[in-house]
Amino acid sequence: MSSDFSNLRVDFPVLDQHVGGHPLVYLDNAATTHKPRAVIDAVARFYERDNSNVHRGLHALSMRATDGYEAARARTARFINAADSAEIVFTSGTTASVNLVAQGWARDNLKSGDVVLCTEMEHHSNMVPWQIVCQQTGATLKYIPVLGEDAEGGLDMEALDQLLTEQVKLVAFTHISNTLGTINPAAEICAKARAVGALTMVDGAQSAGHEDVDVQAMGCDFYAFSGHKMAAPTGIGVLYGRRELLDHMSPWQGGGGMISVVRYDASEWKPAPERFEAGTPNVADAVGMHAAMDYLDSVGRPKIGQHEAELAALAYDRLSELPGIRLLGPRSGEPRAGLVSFAFADVHAHDVVTFADQDGVALRGGHHCNQPLMHKLGLPSTTRASFYLYNTPEDVDALVTSMRRILNFFGAG
Amino acid sequence: MSDLTDLYQAVILDHNKRPRNRGKLPQATRVASGDNPTCGDNCTVYLKMEGEKIGEISFEGSGCAISQASASLMTTQLQGKTLAEAESEFDEFKNIVTTGEEPADFSEVAAFAGVHAFPARIKCATLSWHAAIDALNKPDQPVEN
Repeated sequence: MSSDFSNLRVDFPVLDQHVGGHPLVYLDNAATTHKPRAVIDAVARFYERDNSNVHRGLHALSMRATDGYEAARARTARFINAADSAEIVFTSGTTASVNLVAQGWARDNLKSGDVVLCTEMEHHSNMVPWQIVCQQTGATLKYIPVLGEDAEGGLDMEALDQLLTEQVKLVAFTHISNTLGTINPAAEICAKARAVGALTMVDGAQSAGHEDVDVQAMGCDFYAFSGHKMAAPTGIGVLYGRRELLDHMSPWQGGGGMISVVRYDASEWKPAPERFEAGTPNVADAVGMHAAMDYLDSVGRPKIGQHEAELAALAYDRLSELPGIRLLGPRSGEPRAGLVSFAFADVHAHDVVTFADQDGVALRGGHHCNQPLMHKLGLPSTTRASFYLYNTPEDVDALVTSMRRILNFFGAG
Repeated sequence: MSDLTDLYQAVILDHNKRPRNRGKLPQATRVASGDNPTCGDNCTVYLKMEGEKIGEISFEGSGCAISQASASLMTTQLQGKTLAEAESEFDEFKNIVTTGEEPADFSEVAAFAGVHAFPARIKCATLSWHAAIDALNKPDQPVEN
C-alpha cells in the first residue's frame, strides 16, 4: 500500500521537518490536512500576478481574478458532480455552510411542531446551528441514536425509520464521523428522508477529498465541506445546494456583491450563488482549492480513500494489542474511514498527545467537538490518529511505538 | 525525553496515581467548580471551614495527569490556610508554572516547574487552584453532596 503513496510525501513541504528530534509523523488530518506545493504555488501565483477584486471589474487584473474565482466554482461543481455551477456557494468552511442553511433556509421554513433530525455522532458544527434555529422557530431537535458501547454499531437505522415522521422537515447528518471513523449510508438516509418530504443536509467535511462524491447520486439537498481538510487553504469552503432551494432562500448576510437593486428603503437580491456571497470573497483560497482538487484527482480520490482506510485498519488492529485500550467506532474488519479514536484506562488523552509530540507524532486529544457523544460513551476525551494520502505504514509503526512508550512511562504497560 | 521527565516528575506521577483528598467532603460548607472547555477537564473543590481557615479540603474531577496531580497537591498545600494565605500560595504556584522558577524554600509544588515549557498545559495545572480560590470567596452554607 505504501509503494504509490510514499512518493507523495515530497509534494508537501511542511512534512520535511523534525519535531522533538524525530521526523514529523502527522496524524491530525481530520483536524486539518497539509497543502501540496501545487496549492501553495497557486495561491502565491494569484497574489503575484492576478490579485484584484472580483466582479464588476473592467481592468485586466480584475477580469483575471474573476475568471480564476469562477473557474474554481466550475471545478468545484465537477468535483462533487453538481448539476450547475450556480449550486456552489463559496463560504469560509463547513461551519459557515451549515449556519447558512440554518439561517437562510430553516429559519424561514421551520415552525413549532416541526422536527429537525440530527445524529448523536454529529460534530458541534452540525448540531449547534440546529439548536439555535430550533430555539428561534419553536421546532424540535431530535437525534438518531448511535449503537454499541463503543459506538461500533453506527447509526440506529431502525430508530431512524421510527423517527422519520411527516413532522420531520430536515435531516442533518455527517457523511463520515470525525470522532468514530464511521461511514454513514448517505444515499439511503437521503432516500428515506425524501420519502417523508424532509430535506437533507450532509456534513461532508471528512468525505470530500477522501472519496468520489456525487451529490446527485447521493440525493442530498445540501452538502457542506471545507477546503483545508482536503489539501486546500484554510478559510475557503463550500455549500452545495439544489438550485431551486438556493434561489428561494433568504440571504444570510447583506452587503456588496449579493444585490441586484439597492434603494434607500429596500433591496433586491441576486440569484444564487452570489446572493450568499456578500462582501469581497476569498478569491485566492478559492483558486488554491481549485489546485487542490486537481492535485487530488491526479492521484485519484478512490485510491486515496482506500489508502487511508488501509492505514486506519492497520492502526486499529495494532493498537488493539495494547493493554487497557478502548477503541471507538467500527470493529476490525468492518468498513472504516481513515481515522482511529481510542482511550487508555489509566492515561488521559492530553498526556498521550503531549508524550507523542515528543516523539514527533502529531495527534489530537479531547472531545473532538463532540461532547455529547463522549458523555454518552462515558469518556472525558479520546486520542485520535487520522490519516491522509501522505501517511505510510511506517507512520502507524511510529504511532504504536510511541503509545507503548507512554504506557511504560505511566506504569500502565 | 528530558523535557518530558521534567513535566512528569515523580511527584506528579505519584499524585496522579494516588490522589490525596479525592472525593466529596461530608459537611462541606463551601464548594466551587471549574472546567476547561477546550479539553474537557473539570474539577470541583469542597471546603469545610473552621473560622477563617480551611479545616478540610477535597476535590473531584477528571482530567490529565497534570490537572489531577495538581489538584491533589493543592489540597495538601491549602489545608489550614486562610483566603489571604491561599491566594499567596496560588500566586507562587502560578509563578512556578509560568516561569519555571522554583521556590526558595523546598516544596513539592516545585515539581510543577516543568509545566512552563508546555504553555498549553498551564491551564491544566491551575484549574483546581482557581476552583479553590472561588470556593474560599464564597460565604459558608450547607453543601449538598
